Amino acid sequence: MDFALSEDQLELKQQARAWLADRFPLDRDWDSVEDRWSELAELGWLDVAEAGLGFVEEALLLEELGYACYPGPYIATVGFALPWLSDEQRARVATGEERWSVDVDGYVPWLGLVDFVVADGGTAYPARGEEVASVDPSRPFGRLDKADGEPLAGNRNLPRARTASAAEALGVAQRALDLGIEHAKTRVQFGKPIGTYQAVSHPLAQTYTDVELARSLVYWAAWCVAEEDERAPVAAGAAKAFATEAAVVACERSIQAHGGIGFTWEHPLHRFYKRALWLEGFGRRPAELRLEVAEAVLA
Amino acid sequence: MDLRDTQEEAAFRTELRAWVDANLPAEKRGGRGGAQRFEDPFVREWSRKLYEAGYAGLTWPREYGGAGAPHSFQAILYEELAAAQAPPHVGVIGLSMAGPTIVAHGTEEQKARYLKPILAAEEIWCQGFSEPDAGSDLAAARTRAERRGDVYVVNGQKVWSSFAHIADFCILVTQSDPEAARYRNLTYLLVDMHAPGVEVRPLRQITGEAEFNEIFFTDVEVPAENRLGEEGEGWQVAMTTLLHERATLGFALTATLDALFGRLLEGARELELPPHMREELAREWIELQAIRFTNYRALGTYERTGVPGPEGSGVKLRWSEANQRLTKLVRELRGPEGILDDGWWNHQQLRSRGNTIEAGTSEVLRNIIAERVLGLPRSR
Repeated sequence: MDFALSEDQLELKQQARAWLADRFPLDRDWDSVEDRWSELAELGWLDVAEAGLGFVEEALLLEELGYACYPGPYIATVGFALPWLSDEQRARVATGEERWSVDVDGYVPWLGLVDFVVADGGTAYPARGEEVASVDPSRPFGRLDKADGEPLAGNRNLPRARTASAAEALGVAQRALDLGIEHAKTRVQFGKPIGTYQAVSHPLAQTYTDVELARSLVYWAAWCVAEEDERAPVAAGAAKAFATEAAVVACERSIQAHGGIGFTWEHPLHRFYKRALWLEGFGRRPAELRLEVAEAVLA
Repeated sequence: MDLRDTQEEAAFRTELRAWVDANLPAEKRGGRGGAQRFEDPFVREWSRKLYEAGYAGLTWPREYGGAGAPHSFQAILYEELAAAQAPPHVGVIGLSMAGPTIVAHGTEEQKARYLKPILAAEEIWCQGFSEPDAGSDLAAARTRAERRGDVYVVNGQKVWSSFAHIADFCILVTQSDPEAARYRNLTYLLVDMHAPGVEVRPLRQITGEAEFNEIFFTDVEVPAENRLGEEGEGWQVAMTTLLHERATLGFALTATLDALFGRLLEGARELELPPHMREELAREWIELQAIRFTNYRALGTYERTGVPGPEGSGVKLRWSEANQRLTKLVRELRGPEGILDDGWWNHQQLRSRGNTIEAGTSEVLRNIIAERVLGLPRSR
């Protein structure tokens, strides 16, 4: 039993954190759709297998993408679509030529931005259709016009997709916590930093425990997916239910700790909050996932 | 990262499982804890068996009677004993608190004298930390230790001391210098519970039983060689004890919660549960896995760096609240019978109210996380 990140994994995570902080700072132009996709290809993030890495490393990247509130369709292409693709399609993803998304319950994230969409349990369609706004403006949906479909070579991997959402949510939760801590240390009221007051510090401490527990579930699920462990479905369901809910609550507590500034458009917190709400709602919601988990646990 | 047992771990688990099957009779499994654990003479016999098989003090250094095993073995031991619903070792305070503190701060004489009898369940220890006016605020302890020649004369009162009525020794935090600055005023003593002037009175609790005690000290003479660490450094020594309480506790707590959950599931599988209850049940199962894997992550950090990581600092907090929710959920699951005292779940639910108070209240633990982990300014 060894449940700690290796030196290489820690380094990958730190490099991703630094690269994303540089390209996607909090004071960025949030309306920009620039997602630096070709740079992701150069970094090797679109084909981690090439570097001998697996899904645990992809989950770490997704965590950091969540931490940065990255705008591009990485989770759709790598997190959701990849297991469906042939080697040739994967090669075009690796070079950044093709971007993919998936149709879930009739909604396709980034329909207007990607090239192809996986739908109908294994058919690829060119990405065409009408756009629909979503709670997270950086993640619009679309209604797919199903024409010119081609069968896909790969298979569905639901645990992998759910764990990808959970990993991104973990990063969002961590960022909301970090922003809350920073504000509580520096904002002075009644002559003291507000973090001195337990009414402010204790909810942040509670968020910290949420984040650590979420991290444990996400890494557990990621390991199960990477190893094709039989517990992968239940671990992934548990991780998505817990981590996305934790991310939403972490943002809500952080907004509250920020006071008025946390409620403004100007402050970046609402971007993370909307990302958390998107992740919580995409695919199956926490309550539905818990019913699935109950099915497995009571069996 | 590899969540499978290593070859050594798998071999240890297999051997342990076989040993438990051979040594733990079916009728001694599934005790409900609380005061019951020290009323049955089998618990001492079981503790001695654990020692003889080398399972007591698994991670302690070999020279003090331990097995010098890695911490992952201790985790496996907790898991397997909980899965078998085995009774605990009777010397739990000695094993998890007194012993490790003596290993860290004791003289060679103290180590030679006290450690082996703890493992062998020959001598039982209790903890004298909390006082009526010093609960969370340990540095405010008023139990007085006055140095007179080669003894300390101890006067005062301790409270919430489990096992005191059967204990042979007490780890006692005393006020040795009322003039000294806070955190420089305490002295840590190892006190013979059979000495003249020590009186133990049972403290009846919310469950109706007396699991804890008050201890009164009246002119109790404690030899100066029974001091652990230096005079005035009791706070620092006590912190070692509490660190051990919190560090080793995670796996033990999770294992007991796991056993409790297993028992709950046995009953729940036979019921037609409505969706909202199935969902609640899944929520608690998920929380349990999250706590379990957080222990493993903390252990991984510990084995890699030699220092307990911050990951584990929330485990006791989350466990205590999970245990409270879980035992209350059972009242719901039992339907109209949830109102009855069935002798087992009723006890678990009432006893769980102590979980967010003992071994650091949830409020104190949130302060610790806020200040030491998150780096927020001190609240006092």
